Amino acid sequence: MTTETLPRKDINIQELDRVTIRFAGDSGDGMQLTGNQFTRTTAVFGNDVSTLPDYPAEIRAPAGSLPGVSGFQISFASADIYTPGDEPDVLVAMNPAALRTNVGDLPAGGALIVNSDAFSVNNLKKAGYESNPLTDGSLKQYNVFDIPISTLNAGALEGLDMTAKQVDLSKNFFALGLMFWLYERSMEPTLRWIEQRFAARPVIGEANRRALKAGYAFGETTEMFHTTYKVPPARLAPGTYRNITGNEATALGFVAAARLAGRDLVYGSYPITPASDILHALASYKNFGVKTFQAEDEIAAIGSAIGAAYGGALALTASSGPGIALKSEALNLAVMVELPLVVVDVQRAGPSTGMPTKTEQGDLLMAMFGRNSDSPVPVVAPATPGECFEYAIEAARLALKYMTPVVYLSDAFLANGAEPWRIPALEEMPDISIANHTDRPFEPYARDPHTLARPWAVPGTPGLEHRIGGLEKADVTGNVSYDPDNHHHMQLLRAQKVAGIAEDIPALTAHGPQSGDLLILGWGSTYGAIRSATERLQAEGWSVAHAHLRHLNPMPANTEQVLRSYRKVLVPEINLGQLSLLLRARYLIDVVGLNRVRGKPFRIIDIKQAAEELLGRNGK
Amino acid sequence: MTDKNGGQPALSPENARVIELTRKDFVSDQEVRWCPGCGDYSILAQTQKTMPDFGVPKENVVFISGIGCSGRLPYYMNTYGFHSIHGRAPTLATGLKLANPSLMVWVVTGDGDALSIGGNHILHSMRRNVDIKVVMFNNRIYGLTKGQASPTSELGKKTKSSPAGTVDYPVQPLSIALAAEASFVARSVDTHTEHLQETLNKAGYHHGSVFVEVLQNCNIFNDGAYREFTERDVREDRMLFLQDGQPMVFGKEHDKGIRLNGLHPEVVQLGNGISEKDLLVHHEDAEDPYLAFMLSRMWWPQFPVPVGVLRRVERATHDQLVEGQISDAITRQGAGDLAKLLASGETWTVSR
Repeated sequence: MTTETLPRKDINIQELDRVTIRFAGDSGDGMQLTGNQFTRTTAVFGNDVSTLPDYPAEIRAPAGSLPGVSGFQISFASADIYTPGDEPDVLVAMNPAALRTNVGDLPAGGALIVNSDAFSVNNLKKAGYESNPLTDGSLKQYNVFDIPISTLNAGALEGLDMTAKQVDLSKNFFALGLMFWLYERSMEPTLRWIEQRFAARPVIGEANRRALKAGYAFGETTEMFHTTYKVPPARLAPGTYRNITGNEATALGFVAAARLAGRDLVYGSYPITPASDILHALASYKNFGVKTFQAEDEIAAIGSAIGAAYGGALALTASSGPGIALKSEALNLAVMVELPLVVVDVQRAGPSTGMPTKTEQGDLLMAMFGRNSDSPVPVVAPATPGECFEYAIEAARLALKYMTPVVYLSDAFLANGAEPWRIPALEEMPDISIANHTDRPFEPYARDPHTLARPWAVPGTPGLEHRIGGLEKADVTGNVSYDPDNHHHMQLLRAQKVAGIAEDIPALTAHGPQSGDLLILGWGSTYGAIRSATERLQAEGWSVAHAHLRHLNPMPANTEQVLRSYRKVLVPEINLGQLSLLLRARYLIDVVGLNRVRGKPFRIIDIKQAAEELLGRNGK
Repeated sequence: MTDKNGGQPALSPENARVIELTRKDFVSDQEVRWCPGCGDYSILAQTQKTMPDFGVPKENVVFISGIGCSGRLPYYMNTYGFHSIHGRAPTLATGLKLANPSLMVWVVTGDGDALSIGGNHILHSMRRNVDIKVVMFNNRIYGLTKGQASPTSELGKKTKSSPAGTVDYPVQPLSIALAAEASFVARSVDTHTEHLQETLNKAGYHHGSVFVEVLQNCNIFNDGAYREFTERDVREDRMLFLQDGQPMVFGKEHDKGIRLNGLHPEVVQLGNGISEKDLLVHHEDAEDPYLAFMLSRMWWPQFPVPVGVLRRVERATHDQLVEGQISDAITRQGAGDLAKLLASGETWTVSR
């Protein structure tokens, strides 16, 4: 039996700082699974990792078709990295459609590993190829390895009690094994995973095990590859790490928030891509007292959360843009009745149904203004998958302390992307508990003088029976009021309450010079690309800093001061300029937007080039 | 915090004597602002009268409403109250029962609120057997918006929004409640105060999804909608007062009944060889809903209009099922350990 401990004869070992691999295949080929296994293994090995799953909305688009291509890009490095990489160093293409949709991103000289068995006349036709690119010379700028993966895999699985179709389903493990060999990864984590996952289906488990090992052994015994690559572990801060996606971190963050608040978590939700994984995760935490409710629609989901908040729970709902639009009337009710609630929006490309699995930052203005009348709500946005944990707790803290709904903006890239996450100790987390109001005299709309929060008197509390609702409230008593001056006063109070949060959040910090030629200001998932671009520019000697807003409403108190410390401000966003609009309106600062709305994260190079143009290197 | 063990605070006549509340305890300090002569006054009064019967401390009672004239009722009850948004009261009630299953939650709604904008939520709160008591005021019109047709308005009804008459067929609310698997389905009339109080009382004692339709007069926009069969002098001949376990007899002289003819109900005159033995016998707790569904379709003038409890069956409530899964999970896995959860899956340690 071959194992990874054998000496690597006649093979060069090249040490690299960073490698980016893209796995692409049919959506039935298991590319997401392959990518996730490579990610786990690489994270456990100690590299810094960043991933970008890219899959179609159709569960099973016609096999071999262009829309059915599913991809997973992973970048791993021996130093801190912030993005899944602009372009792959290696493309693994399991069929002609995957090749056709992805090869354009592979730079000349890049390694291209293809499953030549899949390049049948029929598949070539489905992918729109008139001739076979493996033989017509059109790929000569790449370093092509055409490997009959299906045939080799079938050989390795001979003798197992499986149909030919079942056998072929495990070929992704062959490809994975080959990549493990090429990048000196251990097969152990994946073998352990197979053991667990397929315990009840031993034949499938054995097939996957054999496929993985066969792929590894193929790399070792074939003379096709003359070099393997070593990417040494990264120097991460001390601590215990795990790999985490944004949606996993969001779910865990709210479980932690409920514990820190001393309340039960009630989660009302309706299935929607790319937010459903939060429901799946929370539904499995029943022994934490988490109550999940799969509602009949988006409105019922937020309605149940408001009812739960009224009853004293830590209340949460999540959706994506189309669902948030449906929730807006109920969200406004929460504004009026001033109950604590967190609304998670895992943004996706729109408008309307848009591109459900693709990322975008298009809902910032909806979060800010997408309700009738003046309706202020705090808005927070984590910048990385790991930060989704911390900002879940922060969103809950603000909701409870200020008795307000809070919008938490994630996006498809954060939600599905993964990175190593240092597991925080419970002692590092803040106490966010707020006591229920039990004292008399009691006025439902009396306010805390500092936070302007109203008291939270939950049903079941003797003597505090009172009525709330969506009609305008008289100040202090909370009785229904149509008094003109009272309405003006209450509109101002609601706005002041949210604006006052600016004093209770961290100042905006700039990474780089504290004043200079250019500030690149971002929010949300653009963090990695902006940080990488900034560091490259700094290394080239430019006077450039990066600042990232996690609190979008209110913004940190020093935001204007930071922006005014630079000659120019560049604001990259995956929308047509929503933060730019807010900054211009609020501070009268002539920020410059960089706006690409392609359903994909920014590449580092996009931001670097835009910055260079602003810095005056036009035409270089 | 959630009362995990207490369950519903003692819904029993014995308890009622211990707690000793009166109607006045349930009257709030807010001035009632429905139109003079509105049927809603009676529904409010009967609700306040029956509340002390349950022995539930008033701080454990919550009234949640949507939008419409009915939506004002929570302001007049000296309990916890939430006047929410149009059609969505059942969703808030569902969430509230998840947060605190020990509360007694009433949902007050109207024909537009429950069956038009909020139809989906009625369907799902009923089928889930959420332990809430939905009382739907049916005046067959939109009152608060000043007189448009509602989902229960008769076909051809002329209203401000349908000057040539509506072209929309109406729905029977109780048929919908039954199809949605409500575990308690009943009907009463605003002006039949004793019957209404008794019906609300039965509703209050039921655990699970309750749907009570109250035929309610809007004297401004749809006056006399039910007059033909609800007036004192005709009601006994034109309405069927359902009694559990009793044959379906009606009429001032108790001389008429409902008999099954093939798959159809028919009105028969007792005597001439037809006795009570030939009549349908009402069973509130019949396992299947066919009898109740048949009753829900009967309407004047073809039939006497049935009032009372059409269906009352017991099954586990939504909050019981949810709490059951949580306690099962805790028994099986132990109470959640946050540090362990955060560190689940593959981990590695970086030391320096």
